[in-house]
Amino acid sequence: MYIRDTIAAVSTPPGNGGIGIIRVSGDQAAAVGHTIFKPVYDGGLVSHRFSFGAIRDTATGEKVDEAMAVYMRAPRSYTREDVLELHCHGGWLVVERVLALVLSCGVRLADPGEFTRRAFLNGRIDLVQAEAVMDIIASKSESALQLAQKQREGALSRRIEDVRGCLLRALALVEAYIDFPEDDLGATDAEAIQAAVGEAQGIIDALLLTFEEGRVIRDGVSVLIVGKPNAGKSSLLNRLLNENRAIVTHIPGTTRDIIEETVTFDGLSVRLLDTAGIRHTDDLVEQEGINRALDKIPQADLILAVFDASREFSHEDQLILDAVSGRRTIAVLNKTDLPRRLVLPDEERFVALVKIAALSGDGVDLLKKTVCSQFLHSTAADSREFVALSRARHRDALVSAEQFLSQFSNGLPECNLELLALDLRSALQAVGSVTGQTATDEVLDLIFSSFCIGK
Amino acid sequence: MMTYDHIYDVIVVGAGHAGCEAALAAARMGCGTMLLTINLDAIALMSCNPSIGGLAKGHLVKEIDALGGEMAKNIDATGIQFRILNTKKGPAVRASRAQADKQLYRLRMKRVLEQQTNLDLKQGEVTALYLEGGELRGVELRSGIRYLSKTVVITTGTFMRGLIHIGLNHYPGGRAGDQPSVGLSDQLRTLGFHVGRLKTGTPARLDSRSIDFSQLETQFGDDPPLPFSFSTDRISMQQIPCHIAYTNQRSHDIIRSGLDRSPLYSGVIEGVGPRYCPSIEDKVVRFPDKDRHQTFIEPEGLDTIEVYPSGMSTSLPIDIQIAFYRSIVGLERVEIMRPAYAIEYDYVDPIQLHTSLETKTLRNLYHAGQINGTSGYEEAAGQGLIAGINAALRVKGRDPLVLTRSQAYIGVMIDDLVTLGTKEPYRMFTSRAEYRLLLREDNADLRLRETGYQLGLVTEQEFVLFAEKRRMITEELDRIAVTRLRHSESQLEVLARHGLEDIQKGTTLEHLLKRSDVCYADLADLDPVSRETPAVIREQVEIQIKYKGYIDRQMEQVEQSKKLETARIPKNLDYASVKSLTTEVREKLSKNRPDTLGQASRIPGVTPAAISILSIALKSSSWKETAE
Repeated sequence: MYIRDTIAAVSTPPGNGGIGIIRVSGDQAAAVGHTIFKPVYDGGLVSHRFSFGAIRDTATGEKVDEAMAVYMRAPRSYTREDVLELHCHGGWLVVERVLALVLSCGVRLADPGEFTRRAFLNGRIDLVQAEAVMDIIASKSESALQLAQKQREGALSRRIEDVRGCLLRALALVEAYIDFPEDDLGATDAEAIQAAVGEAQGIIDALLLTFEEGRVIRDGVSVLIVGKPNAGKSSLLNRLLNENRAIVTHIPGTTRDIIEETVTFDGLSVRLLDTAGIRHTDDLVEQEGINRALDKIPQADLILAVFDASREFSHEDQLILDAVSGRRTIAVLNKTDLPRRLVLPDEERFVALVKIAALSGDGVDLLKKTVCSQFLHSTAADSREFVALSRARHRDALVSAEQFLSQFSNGLPECNLELLALDLRSALQAVGSVTGQTATDEVLDLIFSSFCIGK
Repeated sequence: MMTYDHIYDVIVVGAGHAGCEAALAAARMGCGTMLLTINLDAIALMSCNPSIGGLAKGHLVKEIDALGGEMAKNIDATGIQFRILNTKKGPAVRASRAQADKQLYRLRMKRVLEQQTNLDLKQGEVTALYLEGGELRGVELRSGIRYLSKTVVITTGTFMRGLIHIGLNHYPGGRAGDQPSVGLSDQLRTLGFHVGRLKTGTPARLDSRSIDFSQLETQFGDDPPLPFSFSTDRISMQQIPCHIAYTNQRSHDIIRSGLDRSPLYSGVIEGVGPRYCPSIEDKVVRFPDKDRHQTFIEPEGLDTIEVYPSGMSTSLPIDIQIAFYRSIVGLERVEIMRPAYAIEYDYVDPIQLHTSLETKTLRNLYHAGQINGTSGYEEAAGQGLIAGINAALRVKGRDPLVLTRSQAYIGVMIDDLVTLGTKEPYRMFTSRAEYRLLLREDNADLRLRETGYQLGLVTEQEFVLFAEKRRMITEELDRIAVTRLRHSESQLEVLARHGLEDIQKGTTLEHLLKRSDVCYADLADLDPVSRETPAVIREQVEIQIKYKGYIDRQMEQVEQSKKLETARIPKNLDYASVKSLTTEVREKLSKNRPDTLGQASRIPGVTPAAISILSIALKSSSWKETAE
């Protein structure tokens, strides 16, 4: 990969839209503009000005589309390189043709995320921020967007910096005892060293705990609705969606395939999956639907097990209990507007139990809240200070730091300082890799500012 | 100006710890060498503390010795107290330290120089380099003589424009009692070198007859004393103790009362001093909560009454000095024989050097020691050795010797200096070495002896001894890897005695030795062959087995960094043409001009992203070169 080659890609989402934007970044951006874009007014492309004109096929001279074009000269652009954007009509065919034209000028199709990667490589943003930009684009919900925005502003980077600070302090102590044995430093203060490491571990642990939440906010959750036939799963789905998405009849076994819809509860993106009712059946098509439902159970983040509260606990209900055993499940007691006959065994195995009446909608809001509360624990999610790990890369780096630190803590009583220092340095390096930082001579600076050294 | 009618291969300017090693290395490699000094009676003089070694410094001395340098042998012959520091910590951070008889140390080094073939010793002050057509041709002396040479090594220590401070009095001097070197640094500046100013200091020398030693703690050396050099069998000098004393609140009050006449605090001194070796007034001001500071009263020799109070350097006026030293318990009646003083001197920014210590600015010119912004005899000697070797290699038309960061502390030090430069006097610490577990005192010979031998600095006889040691280590490692416990009656009895009943039959000795509760001496109980293993072999085997996991981890890190360390940056690379670099990074790189990507990555402020960009730029430009 050469940084100097010029890349291009369609920057608007696939499909038909009002406008389609083709972005070009690199040395040849201006040349591409001059070749295929003819402005209505002479004077060519002026940096950071929109101009109106036509895109022509250079080979045939044929006019491909009317378009607006803007050229942004480096470094004042998204990638800090020369950037050209062609805003044409949004039809997919048109956009594809324009892109093909651009590529025919000797430009390479960009890899996914390459524009942002260049912005990072060119020093415009740090690694966490680069990732955040990707997340902003992919945000599926309000809270996902908020989280990404905070990360881009550097909230996570600051927390990582706190961890580094603690580790540097611990390392400075260890190094001082190693390098200045003849100075009057007193006995090795293992407590102070452990305290600094403990503080770092605390922050790391807290960050690791947010990983699930961060991932949930970023990617959303999948919620699987299961229950015996006619328990009211499809009615519940429609209630949750506020629309008649699933066909509701009184005939058991109406839903044969899985119906999938995405909604937002309280800022949480939820992928709802409605499934065929689970029962013994000889109908091959229905049995296939049931198998599909059962297959989905292990992958779902949460299961809503729907029971008909107006009927007694049945053999089919037992099938459901068996199927969801060991999974995070909310028991949804439907038809509570009717007299209750259901006695649900072993209620404690559910993470929650919610009574609803899907037909009237009673209890559905409470159910939504209960679903959210399963994933968004911290009320802190609303506060400005909320920081969460949302990427596996961050988690892996911190997990590896955590491992070095527990190795450190195990070794502390033996006080093999130079081995302890190696563990601390490895942990520092792992933590630094989140933000793309490496420890330099900060340790010595700390030693000299905290100890009176020199004989 | 008269021109001397002989062309030397190497001229070394300055006969301190750097200059002596440089001159000996060049001469031993067969080059016609001349060593010039302002004062032939002050060769290898210990201008400050009368000791060699310490943490990381001891490591340097062992490396110098492994390469065939002189420092270790010199201290072994003249040392009067030897100690290993950090014995309770791991092998990587154990370090040797010795007190020297200062006069014997100097005289022995002078004798070694005098007996060296290919080496001329001359007294004189170099005032300028002699250039022809912009090329280095030799040196010019204040006495009006010009000496010609193919290469020049400058090791001026604190002498260039040296300025001594005692209170608000100051006067030119290279060291108390010696003239400074004037003129040379001005010429270096006009040649394009960045000349800066540093400061260091030394405590008073005290009359031991006026000290009540019964009031002080006594500190003896190790018995038996262990030598520095791999070639020394045993220490035969008489050994004597040091003493420990402490300052008190009254001492600190006296110091504070003199601060208004301190050249440091009144702004008279412009040079930057070392943070790790602060003057006593610095300690009192920066750490006001500390109620006492420790000092070792070190003897300056067997035959002298002069003693050196370590850590008590000062530039305060003489009346404050007298009152201050006398405030220390045991020193109430102390007489000062030589006052403490601070000294400012010129140094040249070491980022203007290649890793060979040749300057980037003027070909065939090498800098070593305090001129490069370092402090310490050991740091100076390490650089002097490398500069002397590389000047000789240049004369012979061979590639320079560059030690890597994973090979030697000397490599770490030189890489730090030429990559980062320095703003304060640079001292070696073990924490500067990222591969600390690999760079131990005990394996300095395994790391460097072969190199020294190939250079011609290690004698045939020394190398044969080393090769035998290396062979025995390998053999013993191989042997214990396959020797298994048979659980004979005597073995079972020994295991039971050590509480090791859980050890399975068939366990290898290597496996056994990995346990933290087993040492090599225990093996010797179990296995008759182990009993015969010499101590130095035992030590190596034990360390290499016990720390294997950690050592392997470090070797892996070395492997990982190799890609960056071996990626060379063209000398003439125009950083302005690497368009994606930020202005800040571009300025830093243009100033430092690193030789490799590894060096570039260690420059503060050069981000990993910038390294990616550079590495891509290097690839694409080499691609362009082949295309054209």
